[in-house]
Amino acid sequence: MAKFEDDKPTINRMDPVAPKPARRRFLQSISASGIAATTGAWAGAAAAQADAREGSQQGKAGPQPAAGVMTVEFVVNGARRKLDVAPNAILLDVLRDQLGLTGTKKGCDHGQCGACTLHVNGTPINSCLSLALMHDGDEITTVEGLATGGKLHPLQEAFWDHDAYQCGYCTAGQLMSGVAVLKDKRIAADDHAVREAMSGNICRCGAYENILAAMQSTRARTKRSA
Amino acid sequence: MRAFDYVRAQDAAQAVASHAQREGAVYLAGGTTLLDLVKLDVMQPTGVVDIHRLPLDRIETLPDGRVRIGAMVTNTTLAFDETIQSRYRVLSEALLSGATTQLRNKATTAGNVMQRVRCGYFRDGVSPCNKRAPGSGCAAIDGHNRNVHAVLGTSRQCIAAHPSDMCVAMAAIGATIQVQGPNGQREIAFLDFHLLPGDTPWKEHALEKDELITHVTLDPPMRNSRSAYLKLRDRASYQFALASAAVIVAVDKGAVSDARIAMGGVATKPWRAKEAEAALIGQPANEAAFQRAAQVAFQGAVPYSQNAYKIPLGMQAIVRDLMTVTA
Repeated sequence: MAKFEDDKPTINRMDPVAPKPARRRFLQSISASGIAATTGAWAGAAAAQADAREGSQQGKAGPQPAAGVMTVEFVVNGARRKLDVAPNAILLDVLRDQLGLTGTKKGCDHGQCGACTLHVNGTPINSCLSLALMHDGDEITTVEGLATGGKLHPLQEAFWDHDAYQCGYCTAGQLMSGVAVLKDKRIAADDHAVREAMSGNICRCGAYENILAAMQSTRARTKRSA
Repeated sequence: MRAFDYVRAQDAAQAVASHAQREGAVYLAGGTTLLDLVKLDVMQPTGVVDIHRLPLDRIETLPDGRVRIGAMVTNTTLAFDETIQSRYRVLSEALLSGATTQLRNKATTAGNVMQRVRCGYFRDGVSPCNKRAPGSGCAAIDGHNRNVHAVLGTSRQCIAAHPSDMCVAMAAIGATIQVQGPNGQREIAFLDFHLLPGDTPWKEHALEKDELITHVTLDPPMRNSRSAYLKLRDRASYQFALASAAVIVAVDKGAVSDARIAMGGVATKPWRAKEAEAALIGQPANEAAFQRAAQVAFQGAVPYSQNAYKIPLGMQAIVRDLMTVTA
């Protein structure tokens, strides 16, 4: 195996004796440039420690989140939620662990299986690859929010009718993707296009044919009733 | 997952300032690469600068005919944009061949440009990998190198293929990357942006410290051309290319009057095959001429233990793609 001899790599090496960047000075500089000090300010555990070292007091009225924690506010299934979360908290984990919305499943946790799919402002995304803090002000819909007034969403009914699952672990993600794909006019209605658009949702049990059947029957039903 | 600090930037200048203020900070756009790699502990940021809501979300046609794409335009928005679909079909097709519906909804234009390689030895966090741990060696050269490893542009230090489809189309179209840094704005030619691994595989792009991509501007489309993206892979969807080809061709009276060819899955950066283009221009638009151009495109290719098949596969991708657009 080839080894480097003379040109020593320098990237990603942090000099332990380098002076720490002065957060306070940075805040002052952006305040001076007219940007509110509450925006563009680093927050989190290390930033909180820096504050403590510098004897910083934010001086804001009202309760503040604990050190290393930030506040995020979003709407989940129609309900406004205000939460304290760590900067590295993942949206999926916050919904499941802090809000108890365990309908959204954690599969691979790396954006490869689609089990964690939910809607942000109507658009399906992998919630395992989003920080909770990225969603301040967003409207989030999970599988718990699909049914309205105690009545299942037509695609949920169709999954029931077509036996579009076996173990059920991927089902929440399949439903959330399916609802969005059926609504998206940019995606063609034929089986091939639907399979392609649903390829981000893996089903270990192989219920793909029944999922496709459930989606296309829902499409036909919605068309008839429209 | 490793802890890090967080800051939400309101504009590009503030993002750059926040990034410059924190050693070990990274920009966070869609997060589809970054958060994956942080969970794997392959990337270890001390802070993330959230740029995903920066007002860089427009696709504009400039007076000179170029099209400027904001860094935060999602892959989905770009793929379905009317201007892109009508004037840069190859780009729309490339985008839609990549990843999945959900990932494209999150992934951004700049993030796609910046995505990291899919080499298992880079991602596993422990194997020798000169990208992740400079000087540790390359486990792929004598290891599993069938799927996501290159035959063009490799070095003794790294053979990982660049994973992007979008970038292959942009390499064919021609583009400029606008960046903003602590000392202002500058432009980088798209083909100069990604770097060959050479002896420094950890240096992947031409960005200077703290610089942020703000736009990618496409050259005007080739006159009277047709274009297409062909991606070949082990399964029909949701997989990285084994080999892919982006071609843009203009044919006049049966002869190729202009041509662009770029390749993915086979090279360590989005690979423009200019010598193959030169070999094709002026030739009759037929299979024999396409075969000769494809041969030229893979002159100098270096196969590794499991990926020699990529040379004929890549050549076939070029030929078939050219046949499709000239049919």
